[in-house]
Amino acid sequence: MADGPARSNLQPLALHVPEPRSRPGDPVDFSDVIVPAAGSLARPDEAVSPHDMRELAFGLVRVLDDDHQAVGPWDPRLSDETLLKILRTMALTRAFDERLYRAQRQGKTSFYMKCTGEEATSVAAAAAMQGDDMVFPSYRQQGILMWRGYPLTEMVNQIYSNRGDKLKGRQLPIMYSVPELGFFTISGNLATQYPQAVGWAMASAIKGDTRIASCWCGEGSTAEGDFHSAMTFASVYNAPTILNVVNNQWAISSFSGFAGAERTTFAARAIGYGIAGIRVDGNDALAVYAATQWAAERARANKGPTLIEHFTYRAEGHSTSDDPSAYRSAQESSEWPLGDPIHRLKSHVIARGIWDEERHAAMDLELAEMVKAATKEAEKNGVLGHGMHQPFETMFEDVFEELPWHLQEQMAQALEERAAKWPK
Amino acid sequence: MNMIEAINSAMDVMMERDPDVVVMGEDVGYFGGVFRCTAGLQKKYGKTRVFDTPISECGIVGVAVGMGAYGLRPVPEIQFADYIYPGIDQLISEAARLRYRSAGEFIAPITVRSPFGGGIFGGQTHSQSPESLFTHVAGLKTVIPSTPYDAKGLLISAIEDNDPVIFFEPKRIYNGPFSGYYDRPVEPWSKHAASNVPTGHYRIPLGKANIVRAGEALTILAYGTMVHVAQAVVEANGIDAEVIDLRTLLPLDIETIEASVKKTGRCLIVHEATRTSGFGAELSALVQERCFYHLEAPVERVTGFDTPYPHSLEWAYFPGPIRIGRAIAKIMKD
Repeated sequence: MADGPARSNLQPLALHVPEPRSRPGDPVDFSDVIVPAAGSLARPDEAVSPHDMRELAFGLVRVLDDDHQAVGPWDPRLSDETLLKILRTMALTRAFDERLYRAQRQGKTSFYMKCTGEEATSVAAAAAMQGDDMVFPSYRQQGILMWRGYPLTEMVNQIYSNRGDKLKGRQLPIMYSVPELGFFTISGNLATQYPQAVGWAMASAIKGDTRIASCWCGEGSTAEGDFHSAMTFASVYNAPTILNVVNNQWAISSFSGFAGAERTTFAARAIGYGIAGIRVDGNDALAVYAATQWAAERARANKGPTLIEHFTYRAEGHSTSDDPSAYRSAQESSEWPLGDPIHRLKSHVIARGIWDEERHAAMDLELAEMVKAATKEAEKNGVLGHGMHQPFETMFEDVFEELPWHLQEQMAQALEERAAKWPK
Repeated sequence: MNMIEAINSAMDVMMERDPDVVVMGEDVGYFGGVFRCTAGLQKKYGKTRVFDTPISECGIVGVAVGMGAYGLRPVPEIQFADYIYPGIDQLISEAARLRYRSAGEFIAPITVRSPFGGGIFGGQTHSQSPESLFTHVAGLKTVIPSTPYDAKGLLISAIEDNDPVIFFEPKRIYNGPFSGYYDRPVEPWSKHAASNVPTGHYRIPLGKANIVRAGEALTILAYGTMVHVAQAVVEANGIDAEVIDLRTLLPLDIETIEASVKKTGRCLIVHEATRTSGFGAELSALVQERCFYHLEAPVERVTGFDTPYPHSLEWAYFPGPIRIGRAIAKIMKD
């Protein structure tokens, strides 16, 4: 009964449908974003009970203050060398995104996704892990590959689905797979990597290994059932895992309210599972590093999993197929209260006296040239075009370890069709 | 051994041989499984190799995929095939495609065991036969045994296989072969030759059918419980049918099927699952494509009806001796 009679003596129920504070054309309103002073939260021992982490789950761990100084107990006290390497890797990630975004616009590939504004959530997190710890990324953690030194040309080969693509042109661009660097094959299905990471960590524990696993998803994907499954299994088996939620405020056109952000923080969800939860300023590379380091040490000491919410902002469109001006205020990204992760770390190292504008500008030029050289190198293997870069038979390989008869027959069919479809 | 003991023995053998084999699922640990298939394993191999899980099929399969990526060889159990659906995204989108999408860099060598099929008054959610949902997925293998001997040999092969395998166990025949004559007593497996199960390691290759009864008049394609039902009908009516137990639905033993139908010229397909888009449709199409000029009658399918599995009307729903007998008569008349 869609239009049943209401009882007039009772207040009618009302459905709440979340609405972001500003839409296209509106002035930006970030009044609900509370930015506590850097250094204001305590850093408990890694063995702390999740019950005693309420302030960390609802607050915001910040290290870099308004004067670009690293302050408070969460300052990871990194060496000059490490700070500059994190800065350089974040800048490389951005340079790579800029160029490959243009490559998509030029028709060299079908698709690309930037991580602009979120570079710290992958680069600084990877920096705080061991190189052989396994990562289960979503599609916006290309910074991990940059940190772990994956050749740029290999990345571009994958994006171009060309002859050099070791995934044989089977995967949508940016769905990398790099086992030798502990980087799990990226899936288009959201949050599936969450229980998989927990399973990998459980396997590591079953075998008495010392490696831990880490996974990432966006705040939108926390609504998937896999998130709940992963949190439950991680908690039940005390799995040595770091569960990262990159809260960049937007899931394509849906603001974080549609994932439940109006009522609580994402880090606070950990409390209900009995998991350690930390909410960090995701645009503060030092805070991201410190939280990851804390969580990694906790996991390695068999004290259990940690959920880290990286509070950040998706500065650009969801993908090359998206136009954010259709659903959000154009000024949002420039007025985001937590600023830009690269600019903030740059200001810190300048304030520290180990960097300057000239060197930074020179580095940006150098990185842009490096990325350009990598794309040129990859273009020698071809760009996306008609799926013709891989031998036809590769389409049928790796479905199973061995080719069953029905795939052998279909492979023969495809090879026969080639002559008719593409005569020489 | 009955089928439960044979399945238990397969896991025991594999856990003994390979320290990377782990068994997990709801109630499989301390308790030994609601059907006793994992009884004694936790005591023998310890809690880190045989363990209970939260009630989360998505979690069970997803965690198993991650363990496989690490290098383990997980054997997760889904308590009833009717409850595999929450895990289906992890099976279809992940386990089935891991090798393909990573070009062989990551694999999912997992064996998902699950009791399936009807005939036990299980009603809607303890009777289903969802095999065609999995045979439709590129990258999954689907295996269904019909005897204790086959169950052990096939399960060992599945666990050793580097591809993800869905292993459906017909719970109706866990304790004895079921003829489909529901009003007659069921004999225990001990009176059946296939209960002679070696205690050690042996394999039955995946992708190989078994001709359980040679014949000339028609070919019957079946698997699981229906192998026994079809055989009983054939024996009761003195029909010279060739009964083929497919054992593996994918990859399918097309050679054995093709040779048989070309010999007999007639084909009946029998399964418990609902009819429309069921695995029988694929079998029928393949037989028609490959044996068309040898066929002397249309290919018939005897299946469950296109309804959810009913409780009280189970024996009206179940594709038993009457329905099979009538289909055979129809095929033989042409």
